[in-house]
Amino acid sequence: MLRTRAQSGDFLKGLAFLSPWLIGFCVFLLLPIGLSLYYSLCDYSLLQPPIFRGLSNYRQLVHDRLFWQVLKNSLLYAAMALPAGLVVSLALALLLNQKVPGQSVFRTIIFIPSLVPTIAAAALWLWLLNQKSGLINLLLGMIGIPGPGWLTSPRWVLPALALMSLWSVGNTVIIYLAGLQDVPRELYEAAELDGANAWRKFRHVTLPMISPVIFFNLVIAIIGVLQVFDAPYLMTAGGPNHASYFFTYYLYDCGFTYLKMGYASAMAWIQLLIVLVLTGLAFLSSRWWVFYQGK
Amino acid sequence: MRVAGRKTSPTNIAAAYVALLIAGAAMLLPFFWLVSTSLKADDRVLQTPPRWLPDPVRLDNYRRVMQSPTSNFPLWTRNTLIVAALEVVGVTFSSSLVAYGFARIRFRGRGVLFALMLGTMMIPFPVVMVPLYRIFRFLGDHSGMAWLGTFRPLWVPAWFGSAFSIFLLRQFFVTIPDELSEAARIDGCSEWGIYWRIILPLSRPALSVVALFTFMYVWRDFLGPLVYLQRPTQYTLALGLQAFQSQNGGTSWNLLMAAAVLVIAPVIVLFFVAQRTFIEGIATTGMKG
Repeated sequence: MLRTRAQSGDFLKGLAFLSPWLIGFCVFLLLPIGLSLYYSLCDYSLLQPPIFRGLSNYRQLVHDRLFWQVLKNSLLYAAMALPAGLVVSLALALLLNQKVPGQSVFRTIIFIPSLVPTIAAAALWLWLLNQKSGLINLLLGMIGIPGPGWLTSPRWVLPALALMSLWSVGNTVIIYLAGLQDVPRELYEAAELDGANAWRKFRHVTLPMISPVIFFNLVIAIIGVLQVFDAPYLMTAGGPNHASYFFTYYLYDCGFTYLKMGYASAMAWIQLLIVLVLTGLAFLSSRWWVFYQGK
Repeated sequence: MRVAGRKTSPTNIAAAYVALLIAGAAMLLPFFWLVSTSLKADDRVLQTPPRWLPDPVRLDNYRRVMQSPTSNFPLWTRNTLIVAALEVVGVTFSSSLVAYGFARIRFRGRGVLFALMLGTMMIPFPVVMVPLYRIFRFLGDHSGMAWLGTFRPLWVPAWFGSAFSIFLLRQFFVTIPDELSEAARIDGCSEWGIYWRIILPLSRPALSVVALFTFMYVWRDFLGPLVYLQRPTQYTLALGLQAFQSQNGGTSWNLLMAAAVLVIAPVIVLFFVAQRTFIEGIATTGMKG
């Protein structure tokens, strides 16, 4: 009797402390997700009440060439920016883990660009990537390469945005660095006794030991990459010729520019499904390449 | 012969050093170009061949941006600081309450709720953006106060905890020894008293990480203000910079760069003031694996 009373007392106490989140979860997440599912099945312009139309929005999306274009753009951009970001940040973390003079200064320098708000970075890179007078093409010109119109050529705009994203990998670098510092020294010493060279130590000690950190960064990157909005909105307005028109950008336009809120909600659900499938795949694959130390 | 000795060989150190110099230069060069351009005279911006340093130095560009009739950077800074203050206090307070519940009180269903909360971090904002807009419109029609076109849609949700901050604080709270709570409980301290007088004062480092990250989030946030704010007098800095760009972009590069400096400089200063909090905070976020 006494025990159950104590337990239910703790239950109520627990709920009391959790209540801000429980309320917020219901009002600002569960309700919107439910509404979004309902709107996605409706014609809804915000000005008039939603009219139920079944799957018509989804059917329309399948035939919407712009929808396939933004999906392709987002995935192409992801295929460039995501692996490049993971590899470059890991390489930088490995360098910053070396005991070189001025180590802490280098760490600060590599980290600082990631502090810059995306919209400010976009303004800056708009100028850096300018075809005629931008710094990047000036530097390329110095070594005799005529730089492309980074943001004006449909071929170069996605690589240009991916390149820009590499400037702000500092966050990821810090997370890798923390992972690297957690690898027990004894493992390297044991590998050296067995005659392992630098590459083999990296391949057989470092990589498996930091694989949980790589996995964490991969999942964060997957969730973020479909959300890219600020940079193309400011820099290219989705152009040229829709070449940098991304998923979230089109969703925003459908919802708030054309007031097709039902259509935008259908896109939102597709975005949610894509994120769930991609992270699900990452989790499934992790069984083969992520190693957790037994605790 | 040692293939790879205990200490890294001098050649390896030299190679790493050179690589770091190149990487560091690549990271710093955009900043250099940013500041340099922001100080150039109008007719020197597109000069060929380009000059690395501004000559003459036009500090006046910053005054022109501040006093530009089509923009209002002082007001936008004030708006951003108001939203940031409300969100920082809201997120830190509410998230610490919830984290206390997850970390220090045992009750049925806690594990499931915690897993659910972690799962919500995967839901991208664009997915709920349209219905949230509808909800705030509804609140505006029925709560007797305006929501859309005010700061409320930005900061009110912050008072209901943020999953990431709850997670971070919970990880910190579980490391505080249980004996402290037990001793206080025997002395007749209420659960609220334990939270407020024992756990919170011991958690200053974790609380400052949450406060700092929330501030950075508000400073960076663009899509939220873009959806909810309507009049230029309400703009935050991120939104204002974009508006400034769409009016002056492509022509007055020096002024656009000066405006960007106004947005970037405060967070860089903040970084140098709170460097340890930044780095340790980010390092712990990767530790959940």
